[in-house]
Amino acid sequence: MERIPILRMGDLLLVTIQVDMHDRLAMTLQDDLTQRIVDDGAKGVLIDISALDLVDSFIGRMISNTAAMAAILDARTVVVGMQPAVAITLVELGLNLVGVKTALNVERGMALLGKSFR
Amino acid sequence: MYAASATTEPMQLIETRLRERYRNVRKDSMIVRLHTDEDVVHLRKHVRERAVAIKLSLVDQTKLVTAASELARNTIKYGNGGEVQLEQLDDGIREGVALLFVDGGPGIADLDLALTDGFTSGGGLGLGLSGSRRLVDEFEIDTRVGEGMAVSVAKWKR
Repeated sequence: MERIPILRMGDLLLVTIQVDMHDRLAMTLQDDLTQRIVDDGAKGVLIDISALDLVDSFIGRMISNTAAMAAILDARTVVVGMQPAVAITLVELGLNLVGVKTALNVERGMALLGKSFR
Repeated sequence: MYAASATTEPMQLIETRLRERYRNVRKDSMIVRLHTDEDVVHLRKHVRERAVAIKLSLVDQTKLVTAASELARNTIKYGNGGEVQLEQLDDGIREGVALLFVDGGPGIADLDLALTDGFTSGGGLGLGLSGSRRLVDEFEIDTRVGEGMAVSVAKWKR
């Protein structure tokens, strides 16, 4: 079955979405991430969407839900790398990603999660 | 022409009327079937290609593809599947892309309500119709309860 890979770095989980996800794939990622937070005892989740040229209401909801589930499981989520055109479209669509922390790039996202890497 | 009009017109007529909406400015047209999650991804790719072909700005490309994705998901989820007619437009002054989504599902009893932000009958966010209307330049929807619905949208190059 098709899956988005989840990488572990210390107590962080890293996901880079590089394909145009269909809805089932997005749901699988949400389930996998939630499971991995518990299995790996992760304290932070970093989702890199810089390669995504579209975030519609379904993918947006998946991201919000993942962040909410992670928070309940004591992990913080940061979404990084959103393209400007995607951000403009999301707001016009009416989706504000409430409760989701964002950062411009991976480095700043890591800093938000309390990790510095030099 | 109404942006939203719940008529008593038979579905067949609604479909024909909307199919002919851009007849005089249509350069090219194709049909994409909408039944599975993968079909939505497939459509997004086709719409993106056409948006790029007429040199829509990146923001407008993204808006059009996002609207297509929302409406395609509606067609599959609420309309039990259907198809979309994808058209390349040229009225002599500017170029555009039009999309007509048609399904044979239950239709919508109250269009005004369905076009309200946050209203959903299926557990979603309720942004599919209302949100995609904001992302395109032209939007027309019609439905007949028990027979289906049709949504026509278009985006023009500025």
